[in-house]
Amino acid sequence: MIGGWLQSLGHSGLCFFVRLGRSALFMGRVAAGLPSLLPLPRLLVRELHSVGVLSMAIIVLSGLSVGMVLGLQMYNTLVDFGTEESLGPVVALSLVRELGPVLTALLFAGRAGSALTAEIGLMKATDQLSVMEMMAVDPLKRVVAPRFLAGFLSLPLLAAIFSAVGILGSYFVGVGLLGVDDGAFWSQMQSKVDLQEDVINGVIKSVVFGWVCSWIAVFEGYDAVPTTEGVSRATTRTVVHSAFAVLGLDFVLTALMFGD
Amino acid sequence: MNQSDSDDLLVRMRGIRFAIGGRQIIDGMDIDIPRGKVTSIMGPSGTGKTTLLRLIGGQWRPQEGSVEVDGVSVHRVGREGLYRLRRKMGMLFQSGALFTHLSVFENVAFPLREHTRLPEAIIRHLVLMKLEAVGLRGARDLMPSELSGGMARRVALARAIALDPTMIMYDEPFVGQDPITVGVIMQLIRRLNDTLGLTSIIVSHDVQEVSAISDRIYMISDGKVVDHGSPRALAESASEWVQQFLHGRPDGPVPFHYPAPDYVADLFGEAS
Amino acid sequence: MNRERTIEVSVGIFVAAGLAALFMLAMKVSNLSALGERGGYTLTARFENVGGLKVRSPVRIGGVRVGHVTAIDYDMQNYEAIVTLVVDRRYDRLPEDTSASIYTAGLLGEQFIGLEPGGSESFLGDGGEIVQTQSALVLENLIGHFLYSKAAEGS
Repeated sequence: MIGGWLQSLGHSGLCFFVRLGRSALFMGRVAAGLPSLLPLPRLLVRELHSVGVLSMAIIVLSGLSVGMVLGLQMYNTLVDFGTEESLGPVVALSLVRELGPVLTALLFAGRAGSALTAEIGLMKATDQLSVMEMMAVDPLKRVVAPRFLAGFLSLPLLAAIFSAVGILGSYFVGVGLLGVDDGAFWSQMQSKVDLQEDVINGVIKSVVFGWVCSWIAVFEGYDAVPTTEGVSRATTRTVVHSAFAVLGLDFVLTALMFGD
Repeated sequence: MNQSDSDDLLVRMRGIRFAIGGRQIIDGMDIDIPRGKVTSIMGPSGTGKTTLLRLIGGQWRPQEGSVEVDGVSVHRVGREGLYRLRRKMGMLFQSGALFTHLSVFENVAFPLREHTRLPEAIIRHLVLMKLEAVGLRGARDLMPSELSGGMARRVALARAIALDPTMIMYDEPFVGQDPITVGVIMQLIRRLNDTLGLTSIIVSHDVQEVSAISDRIYMISDGKVVDHGSPRALAESASEWVQQFLHGRPDGPVPFHYPAPDYVADLFGEAS
Repeated sequence: MNRERTIEVSVGIFVAAGLAALFMLAMKVSNLSALGERGGYTLTARFENVGGLKVRSPVRIGGVRVGHVTAIDYDMQNYEAIVTLVVDRRYDRLPEDTSASIYTAGLLGEQFIGLEPGGSESFLGDGGEIVQTQSALVLENLIGHFLYSKAAEGS
């Protein structure tokens, strides 16, 4: 009984390492294919459109609502201590350091990552990748690399938009509706939020998340079992694994950056 | 088995063994594809016919044996050499495998744009010529989702010949098509082969169509070559298996029944 | 071609929006606009107790922010805390006998250093030391004093 359980644990552990190794090799090959994109900016622009532009709506809406809710809730707590001017720094710090990168990455995995996986997986299932190989065109360079790069570049931009819109949302609620002082809102924010410590660290987080989420998405698509079921499973795995990876990495990065 | 109608062989496969997932799909095959002819590989579903094409194209690697295309060993030339070799090969996948996000015109232009630095005007000329050859010049602005299955296959054919390959491989070109489309595709295969001086390899199990257009047929079953020769020679084959396959008889060397214990014992064995 | 153009335009807008957001985070939200202070000059001050003062706490004169704390160390020779602060170049006419105190903004707010200019004719330069200092008011001590004195009165 215990033996069987151990065996299955060992087996799944082995599978995990096999997949991790395969995805790392895959990542290396994709990275090697990135320079070949230079003469083909069109490819990247098309993918930036489907990965970045089409994610804008959900990012702006979520950022706005998260900022407004944060503004409202924080105000209710802060006003008891008479420090409602701290609304600016509290909201800005939580958005810039944590919520911006993390929520954007989770939304990105759901909106763009799953679409990337499904697209690549379906291209594989319908032999489009094979046909490319038979035409002596490397699908890693032609299909996977631009999608990976687009995801990698889009996420930090989306995260910045999320944070900025969120801060504007809390400004709207705090200053516009609840009557926090306009000047204090911004000046307190500026005195508490450090460019390097907070903003740049937040951007570094979103860059890491962009890399991991795009990596997972293109790998799952490329590695998908080329059937309808296989692709749908791969899509689910993309979202789940991205979420785990983002939350886990966020803890590690937070500990590294702000852990003193 | 190595004497052939002509000594000019384009593809030479020797002692191929290939297993995937523990299942032996190809178990020692020698196949010769003569240059400039239409050669068909026939056999029941699931006997590794498509696998053969992937081995020739270098997408998969056999555990044993060698594949030579135009005198080059497919699995020994390395990635660069393989890609150079593949520019001489066209392959028509069963589904057509058109790029769904590109129009018909762009699909056919794709290999040209990837492998040549031709000016746009010349690419346009070439694409329209290839589309004309398959009779779909008027459909150039359609998207793949707007095409019927037969049209998609013809566009894929135009794309496969875009770079003027030496050989072209057809994976089940007749499956699931209406009789008119089958007729069109048959005619296209034969005509392209003869006018462009191509070498064609067809993988199929459609006896009538294949017999009508092939110069040479390989019959394969259980990972082995059962018989080969011209369609006429095969029709008079001594092999019972070939006769069963060609005439579609339900019982013969390929039994109607899946292997099972004795019927009577199975039915009443429980009671005893 | 037209579709291609729309895609290009929308991608352009997206990238511009992302960069604008980054720019806003840098300029409007963070203290980048106060980076000019880094071109300021350094002063030190010794305190018995710095309370809740932190690196980056503001330095104010008459309530106006003129610089910030860059380092806080402890001198084991004299058993004093040494605070290093940077003051903006614009405010370079601080008299030598300027005094520094640690204040709290509001009852529970952040702590900052308040400077009070003296009357000297010569001014503090880069690396100068503010000699007259007043330590932070530690709330617990204050309450403790208050309670003791009340208790003493009562007895």
